[in-house]
Amino acid sequence: MTTDMAVQPRRAAKASQKRKFVMEAIAIAVIALILVVILPLFLTPFRLNLLGRFLALAIVALGIDLIWGFTGLLSLGHGIFFALGGYAFAMYLELNTLGEGQMPEFFGLYGVTELPLFWQPFNSFPFTLLAIFLIPAIVAGLLGYLVFRNRIRGVYFSILTQAALVVFFNFFNGQQKLINGTNGLKTSTSVFMGQQVGSPGMRMFFYIATVIALIAMYALCRWLTSGRFGRMLVAIRDDENRVRFSGYDPTAFKVLVFAVSGAIAGIAGALYTVQSGIISPQAMDIAFSIEMVIWVAVGGRATLVGAVLGAVLVNMARSLLSERFPDVWLFFQGALFLIVVTALPDGIIGWGRRQFGSTVTSALGLAPKDLPYLADEPEVTPLSETPEFAEK
Amino acid sequence: MLEGLISGLFNGISIGAVLLIVALGLAIVFGLMGVINLAHGELMMFGAYTTFVVQNVAKSMGGIAPDLYIFAALPLAFLVAALLGLLLERTVIRYLYGRPLETLLATWGVSLILIQFIRSVSLPMVIGLAIFAGLFLVGRWVLTRYTDWERIGGWANPLFLGLSAAIAVLAWITIGNSTSAAFSRAWFSTRNVDVTPPSWLRGGITLGNTLQFPSARLFIIVLTVICLVAVYWFLNGTAWGLRIRSVTQNRGMSACLGIPTGQVDAITFALGSGLAGIAGCAVTLLGSVGPNLGSNYIVDAFMVVVVGGVGKLVGSIVAALIIGVTTYLVGSGTLALLFPPTAFLQPAIDFFTFFATTSMAKVMVFALIIAFLQVRPAGLFPPKGRSVEL
Repeated sequence: MTTDMAVQPRRAAKASQKRKFVMEAIAIAVIALILVVILPLFLTPFRLNLLGRFLALAIVALGIDLIWGFTGLLSLGHGIFFALGGYAFAMYLELNTLGEGQMPEFFGLYGVTELPLFWQPFNSFPFTLLAIFLIPAIVAGLLGYLVFRNRIRGVYFSILTQAALVVFFNFFNGQQKLINGTNGLKTSTSVFMGQQVGSPGMRMFFYIATVIALIAMYALCRWLTSGRFGRMLVAIRDDENRVRFSGYDPTAFKVLVFAVSGAIAGIAGALYTVQSGIISPQAMDIAFSIEMVIWVAVGGRATLVGAVLGAVLVNMARSLLSERFPDVWLFFQGALFLIVVTALPDGIIGWGRRQFGSTVTSALGLAPKDLPYLADEPEVTPLSETPEFAEK
Repeated sequence: MLEGLISGLFNGISIGAVLLIVALGLAIVFGLMGVINLAHGELMMFGAYTTFVVQNVAKSMGGIAPDLYIFAALPLAFLVAALLGLLLERTVIRYLYGRPLETLLATWGVSLILIQFIRSVSLPMVIGLAIFAGLFLVGRWVLTRYTDWERIGGWANPLFLGLSAAIAVLAWITIGNSTSAAFSRAWFSTRNVDVTPPSWLRGGITLGNTLQFPSARLFIIVLTVICLVAVYWFLNGTAWGLRIRSVTQNRGMSACLGIPTGQVDAITFALGSGLAGIAGCAVTLLGSVGPNLGSNYIVDAFMVVVVGGVGKLVGSIVAALIIGVTTYLVGSGTLALLFPPTAFLQPAIDFFTFFATTSMAKVMVFALIIAFLQVRPAGLFPPKGRSVEL
């Protein structure tokens, strides 16, 4: 009998969860259809390319939401992983364009006659596909391990990731002989699968690939955060010491989630690179990496949808404003940081939920649902009314 | 060889001195309030631009003024940066205590605004700002006096802020469009400007045949020492210093004992910002001044704070010197020269030559810092006690 009572609600909860998942999948399918089929009919190729780039940036935002929103680690160095993914793909394209045994042109300028050793594996496409997310994941995992092992966290972690970013920037910027330094690698004239990357057909291909990758990454993040693993991340965010005292090892979880987040950023970097036509150390600019965080904050932390929404909206605002008034954009961006942090800590999604939630409930004449822990509290009966007291 | 090492050490110490003077304010603010101020570099930039303005005024005065401007510029830079910091603390940071990550983002927003401000500040913009300040302050005063402010504050405050901002922006744009180009020209523009050091700081002291100590760097070292002594005296010899130290150790207990923690925060933040202004004044002696000046120093300054440990002046001093000397010795290639050129040591020489540029030196110093943090995660001089949780 007791088992029945326990099983019944669990089954109901599972069914409702399943229904929710189905609804979400339908919603995503509809959005994907709009993105892939309808929007290309209305937007000019230039705008569509721009949208494709924003969607690629939305993928990084997903990764940042995973570690900042859910795990509470504010990484200011995601540009590293973004750029590593971009460089990996760009290096493959560079080699793929040339024939066997030839070398990219810029090597000649610096007197390098032999292909450097770490370029060699990028001749193979399968390796590159793996490298796009494995290299950033390994770098992130290593950095994360060295930092988290010592229980360095909070602002220290943010500062260290920022310093790592500066270091990678310096390294890529200074090594003219190895990766063409400041100039970066151009991809728009490279050949991929027999076509120029910059050609209309290829652009459409990469646009669709970006939409697919975005959906796949969203599904991955959703899967990671909805189960026990996700609850673990939230527990680490809210009280890491208690997690440790409960017998779990937060370090392993943090390293893993940081590596996953780095891998996601790497994929985003590769997709962004082919759509913008170049990867240079500018992708590891400090400002760019902090901006990524603000996309998530604008959309709403720990919501995943918010990260995507925030990245697309902020970048649209940026391209609109900076096209017409380049000066105003920086003021606007600074104000955005201030407003989001002080007045809108839950972002657009959180604000929408609150506003809509209360509007809907009050329109339906329902009592506002607040402070659930008070509702659960057992009612206190005065001592004088208890049977024991009455007996005496 | 020995002379090379001595001049290397001197240059390293002078870099360390610059780092220290930048990090000093940062360390005090971070130690007390747990606030990472990403706009610290921009406060520095304001100090540098103040110096630039003072120098131009001195130039136009002629006489001995161009040689003595630095003594007027130092306190002025301190004052400008401190006032700006005070404003920042009162309007933004005050509301974010206890949320370090949010403060990080908010101060970054402030730094973006300050950078763009320096780039595009012009007379119409200043007039617009004055209109905004006047409207907002006077309007608030009137409203709080003659209306039931407690009741209407919730919606009136943002409405009023928005209205004054809109009027001010409109005024800025109309004045900018309707007046002559010379009137509405940007004061500093985006390009770097040069500050000429006073003539007595341009040379150097020569010892022996090749040893040379540039006076500008000597001046910065002396300035850093003076700042350190002043800060030490302020923290250990004055009543406010005592309050600052007590709040740093235990905020809650200090508040219980009647220390006005809000005022302490404001004073500390102003002091830290003022030190940034002095740092800005000092770096004008080393190179040109531009809107991006701050970001060149900020990460290194944070490294000093992280390596030194929180809230310890000694830690910051030692860390700044170590980082400065290491960066210089690695970056200038002095280390590679120390090895005798034998085949046995060739790998070591190659290794150090690979890192022998300023930017590559940063790569190596970062690796060393990460390695160091494996041994001492809380820095050189970690704060003692159990309650520290950062």
